[in-house]
Amino acid sequence: MSTAYAMYQDVILDHYKHPRNKGALDNATHRARESNPLCGDEIAIHLLVDGSDRIVEVRFEGQGCAISQASASLLTLSVKGKTRGEASAMDRDDVLRSLGIPLSAVREACALLALQVLHRALGPGREERTS
Amino acid sequence: MVRNERMARAEHVPLNVPEIRKDFPILRRKVRDKPIVYLDSAATSQKPTQVIAAMDDFYSRYNANVHRAIYELGEESTREYEGAREKVAAFLGARSSSEVVFTKSTTEALNLVAYGYGIKGKLQEGDEILGTVLEHHSNHVPWHFVRDQKGVALKYVGIDDNGRLNMDDYDELLTKRTKIVTVAHVSNVLGTINPVKEIAKRAHEVGAVCVVDAAQSVPHMPVDVQDIGCDFYAFSGHKMLGPTGIGILYGRAEVLAETEPLLGGGEMIREVHLGSSSWTDVPFRFEGGTPNIAGAIGLGVAVDYLTKLGMDAVRGHEIEITRYALEALGGLKGVHVHGPEDARERGGVASFTMDAAHPHDIASILDVEGICIRSGHHCAQPLMERLRVPATARASFYVYNDSEEVDRLVAALRKVHEVFA
Repeated sequence: MSTAYAMYQDVILDHYKHPRNKGALDNATHRARESNPLCGDEIAIHLLVDGSDRIVEVRFEGQGCAISQASASLLTLSVKGKTRGEASAMDRDDVLRSLGIPLSAVREACALLALQVLHRALGPGREERTS
Repeated sequence: MVRNERMARAEHVPLNVPEIRKDFPILRRKVRDKPIVYLDSAATSQKPTQVIAAMDDFYSRYNANVHRAIYELGEESTREYEGAREKVAAFLGARSSSEVVFTKSTTEALNLVAYGYGIKGKLQEGDEILGTVLEHHSNHVPWHFVRDQKGVALKYVGIDDNGRLNMDDYDELLTKRTKIVTVAHVSNVLGTINPVKEIAKRAHEVGAVCVVDAAQSVPHMPVDVQDIGCDFYAFSGHKMLGPTGIGILYGRAEVLAETEPLLGGGEMIREVHLGSSSWTDVPFRFEGGTPNIAGAIGLGVAVDYLTKLGMDAVRGHEIEITRYALEALGGLKGVHVHGPEDARERGGVASFTMDAAHPHDIASILDVEGICIRSGHHCAQPLMERLRVPATARASFYVYNDSEEVDRLVAALRKVHEVFA
């Protein structure tokens, strides 16, 4: 494929067409849902956090563009096994690095939606842990 | 300049697109080494050198504030500013240029009506305002303000599966309680041309006024506000080859007289005392503050440009290119075009969705090919809900677009299909 289509390299298309950890999680302890009103992208994240504050299970649900959905799928892979504090500390750069593609400012909002939902699901107090 | 003088007079002589394109410097730009294909004129049109030069000329040669300067520069700027108002009035078929108010945008024009005629007017609790599901947000939100302030009810006319307004719905919802009917002349998403003349006529039969959002019609087809019979008619300069920051509210003299200003300040007063003021005449009472003089002058030249092309010829060209696009898009596997099927029933807008790819992904791949289209909800979320889609991709056409550009769009959409299927 032409390098001009860098935005849609294999990893993005793979996660878009075959999302990992997609679905509901009935016994979730933390969950949140958000949409990007500009484009109608929508993502919900469900987390199961155990007694030692570790994320032992994660699922996402959603609809939207390839960037937003692939980003959510990739994010579920990286948060599983992390403590709440470690997951809360993930930031924009972590997400963009995992996508590994150049994005315009508008498309960056698509990529970062899942991260916002994750932070919201983990709840307030996140700032203390990240500092 | 357009050199084909015949075009200016003859109604059915097609536009000379190659000549027109020479007037638009931006169309010579390349994006990623590819010639630009600009298919987003429904969002904003490109500007011809004539418009750019006229604004430059104002700032370079006769910049001065309008209406009160005694000196030569001020007289020139006032003459050109008011000349632009005359041109717009003639373009619309208004009875007088005093029915033409300069605003900053269609949005401001609609907010002026909602505030000055709605909130400050005679509306009472129990009255109703009737809109439609296919409006742009700028013809929804101002009426939410009115509802919240006045306790009136908002009702909405629906559409059929082809994107046409349901006129039976309209008849059912239109009652003696209806005081304002507000409708888009042309849908910015579906392209549907709404029967505004009939809508205005029926509104008047129950004693309601009719407000028309003309942002997508005035740039693209011949219009005559007296023939339509509406009370207010709002549109923007930047979608009709003019600059951003200038819009128009046409108001029938009788209803403008009952409308209160949105902005208080300079330009709009007759007398000011400590603690009180009285307003000057229509239309100046609606133009508080130093106006967008360069913008108005630029818009006047845009009107000249379109008049010279001939609005019948503009409309004819758009029917032709829209028909061509609808056929080509309809032939693509997994592509769904929204809105009326017949190009004669719609403006130069083609909204579509693709089974395999989200509109944002379509737009991103088209961008790589140098093609500018819009994707998203097009400031029409209630319509997206009605269509049961989160977003659409939209290609829109104007005087400088040709069928070759449609071919490039279609070829690029095939690539989108390759990437995502």
